[in-house]
Amino acid sequence: MSASLGMFWLDGAESAAAFDPVLPGLIVLLPLLGFLANGWLALRHAERSADAVRRGEELDLDTGGRPSTHTLPSLIGPGVLLASFALVVVNFVRMSAVELHDPVVVRYWTWMATGTFTVDAALQFDQLSMIMMLVVTGVGFLIHVFSVGYMKDDPGYPRYFAYLNLFVFFMLVLVTGASFPVMFVGWEGVGLCSYLLIGFWFGDREKSDAGKKAFIVNRIGDFGFLVALFILFINFQTLDFVTVFGEAPEALTYGGGVVTAITLFLLLGAAGKSAQIPLYVWLPDAMAGPTPVSALIHAATMVTAGVYMVARASVLFALSPVGSVTVAGVGVATALFAATIALTQTDIKKVLAYSTVSQLGYMFLGVGVGAYAAGVFHLMTHAFFKALLFLGSGAVIHSMHHALHHTHNPADAQDMRNMGGMRRFMPFTALAMWIATLAIAGIWPFAGFFSKDEIIWYAGAAAVGPYAGLYTVYWVLALAAAMLTAFYMTRMMVMTFHGANRTGDEESKHLHEAPWTMTVPLGVLAVLSMFGGWINVPEAIRESFLGLGGALPMSEWLHHWLEPITHAATQVREEALLAAGALAGQEHDYGFLHHAPFGGGELTWALVSTVAAAVVVAGTVLWVRGWSLAPASESPEPTGFRKVLYDKWYVDELYDRIIVQPLLAVSRFFWRFIDQVIIDGFVNVVGGGARAVGWFVSLFQTGSVNTYAFVITLGVLAILGAVVAGG
Amino acid sequence: MAEILFFVFATVAVGSALGVVMGRSPVASLLFMVMTLASVAGIYVLLEAHFLAAIQVIVYAGAIMVLFMFVIMLLNLGHDYQRDLRGGLFALVAFVVSGAMAGLLARRFGGDEALFPFLEGADAIDAALVEKGALGVIAEPLFTTYVVPFEITGILLLVAIVGALVLAKRRAS
Amino acid sequence: MLSQALVLSAVLFVIGTFGVLVRRNAIIMFLCIELQLNAVNLSLVALSRAVGIDGQVFVFFVMTVAAAEAAVGLAIIISIFRHYETVNVDSFNLLKW
Repeated sequence: MSASLGMFWLDGAESAAAFDPVLPGLIVLLPLLGFLANGWLALRHAERSADAVRRGEELDLDTGGRPSTHTLPSLIGPGVLLASFALVVVNFVRMSAVELHDPVVVRYWTWMATGTFTVDAALQFDQLSMIMMLVVTGVGFLIHVFSVGYMKDDPGYPRYFAYLNLFVFFMLVLVTGASFPVMFVGWEGVGLCSYLLIGFWFGDREKSDAGKKAFIVNRIGDFGFLVALFILFINFQTLDFVTVFGEAPEALTYGGGVVTAITLFLLLGAAGKSAQIPLYVWLPDAMAGPTPVSALIHAATMVTAGVYMVARASVLFALSPVGSVTVAGVGVATALFAATIALTQTDIKKVLAYSTVSQLGYMFLGVGVGAYAAGVFHLMTHAFFKALLFLGSGAVIHSMHHALHHTHNPADAQDMRNMGGMRRFMPFTALAMWIATLAIAGIWPFAGFFSKDEIIWYAGAAAVGPYAGLYTVYWVLALAAAMLTAFYMTRMMVMTFHGANRTGDEESKHLHEAPWTMTVPLGVLAVLSMFGGWINVPEAIRESFLGLGGALPMSEWLHHWLEPITHAATQVREEALLAAGALAGQEHDYGFLHHAPFGGGELTWALVSTVAAAVVVAGTVLWVRGWSLAPASESPEPTGFRKVLYDKWYVDELYDRIIVQPLLAVSRFFWRFIDQVIIDGFVNVVGGGARAVGWFVSLFQTGSVNTYAFVITLGVLAILGAVVAGG
Repeated sequence: MAEILFFVFATVAVGSALGVVMGRSPVASLLFMVMTLASVAGIYVLLEAHFLAAIQVIVYAGAIMVLFMFVIMLLNLGHDYQRDLRGGLFALVAFVVSGAMAGLLARRFGGDEALFPFLEGADAIDAALVEKGALGVIAEPLFTTYVVPFEITGILLLVAIVGALVLAKRRAS
Repeated sequence: MLSQALVLSAVLFVIGTFGVLVRRNAIIMFLCIELQLNAVNLSLVALSRAVGIDGQVFVFFVMTVAAAEAAVGLAIIISIFRHYETVNVDSFNLLKW
């Protein structure tokens, strides 16, 4: 055991590439160690509180100093993440210093070898996994720090950090796995942690049900993922990324049935994990978990796994135009659909949840139209501003909760109708969240402007070739969804932070700004939300006044960085378009046109969208401020179309009717009839028969020597008779 | 001569065996039993099993029967003249069953010498007897081929002694 | 003479069987069992004339077992008598759980 663990980080890269990763295994291993340490503390705490209950007391965490089980996780939890992040940064710097073309694969041991199927426990280090590791450990670290403040009073504090560290471990396995099976381990692991953390307060039935829902809906996606893996294995005899993606362009026919099936099944898996239509329903319910969990798992990292997977398998998707156009279609439909639901929600976390679904839709649109770098770019900036929004909402809820707790007010601490005017009590949080709101709304020069606009632009620029019409529609819908985003986010901000306070006179005295452990991560994320977009400013915009005439430090850095990952896919796409003659006489870069469907270049449309978004934001501020809002208990129920949106288009009810209820009916049939009547009946008959025979035979057991002697004699007689008769 | 002796022994054996079953008191049954054993020992002699005839008398009729007698005396059953035969239907059933068994056995062994084609081997035993003597002929297989079972019977006897002690011991209570 | 010896052993065995079935006195039942054993011994000795000396060795073992059985069986009878003050087998039905 210790020998193999030692190997885990001492056995360096086997390939002789110029890039030699520093302690690559330790990056992944550290969060696992954190999980073990925190898990041990959690078990100790459970033991001690059980002892206290047995003594008839209640374990009090406030008096007599916090026990070590509740102080150590504050160091271990964020500590391992910080160490991991530092290692990632070191590796990132080393990787940037060399021109790395092929991924560096670090093999540790053979995980399984059966016949022709062999899987190594191997990690892959390339530009894409590096970006993902930076996001996971960096944003993850900030959220861990935030959690120290947010979860301070929770009795399950060590358990919380144990789960959180375990999640980061699995997420790192997911993004660094060098083959589909290893990635699948991380994929399932993060699903498990998501389940554990959504149902973190499992004493509440509704919350544990939400965890189950997430888990079960994800199973449907995982089914698709697995089927895709089987088809891949049949065609390639291996599931290693390097081999599969290297051979795919030759081994699979462009637009053929096999690659289309693979991509559609992969899309099903991605849709489950990344909450896309039709499997998005679990994500809004997942808000039952603690808010930092929503930030880390259900906004910044885990739900982007689907996007990562499509970007990773970009070659396969480029080979299947149908698969790509489906990915983009699912993405844009989800973006628009979720945005409409977010318009009327009153729960602050629900708004953010649907906003997340919507933004994930944008990422799918990006990777679907072939702009893989743009999708990953939006993934990254979204991790910044959505984590900030969730953490900010967490700070607000934290404050609301304390205030309502003081007066034992049963009102909902997450309902925006009970808030209002919060900026007077929490000015820093309000400022940070406004930055994030402007970023997500796509206002220049915040991070979201560059990333979202790039996706919309590529959707328009991809309108060429056989699916030009569809891509045009996608482009228009994406623009519309962007306007909706600007509206519902501003509505949320105004309802929460502006106008008169509706919490109550007594309660409002207890509203307060969050402690420093919570505000510092907010501040860091706010800076990232502001400037994070500058790493990938398109060349055309950088030169213009929107790029301050070339004053921004870098342009299209992420594009160039991800070039080794995406160039195979872009090449496939471009060659196919060239072969079809679709690009004839048109100016293009890698198959993307230089103008949008209705004319106009990248700069024009960027300007149009940011101005439009700004107008929507300003209009919304003025409009929503004029609303006469009342606390939730006094507000009327929404009516008409507003109610349809408020009730989420009744999708949950629809699923319940067409899937859950029939399934229950079938299960009930199997239970009541097949199991209880046929199987139980059979078992009971067998058992009853044995009892009857036993009863009959027991009559011979008189306990008297004489009977036994007589029966033995009869037996001897019978044997004797058989012998004599037989010969 | 041998035939006559056989029939005398056989008659005595069967007669006293019936006496064992029908005897009024346990002591009478026991004495009949000793007679049966002695007659059977005589038949052993006729069958050239001299050693077995000797231990039949010494161990069986001597030691084991004395043990029985000892128990009867210990339990003070010597004056129990009451007939304890089962009567009526059960006796009839027992008679039928035993009779059926006798019929079957007689049918198997009775009369027909051809049933035992291997009987020529008697000469070999006679030769061995002459060569090794009555004791040697049984001692040789007992301490060569059957030495392991022989040792095991030793253990069996030890266990029986211990078991008898434990069972018959008067409880402290 | 061999076949007659076998018939005699059969007769003795059947008489022993009948005795076991009809007597109530445990000690006499025991004696009848010894009678059966003896009948079997007789057939073994008779057949040893034909098949070889092994039959006599077996008789030796049977006698040993009979001795052991007598020791244990009589001990059981003593112990039962102590409890019930009788050796009539109809007075107790202990052979069941």
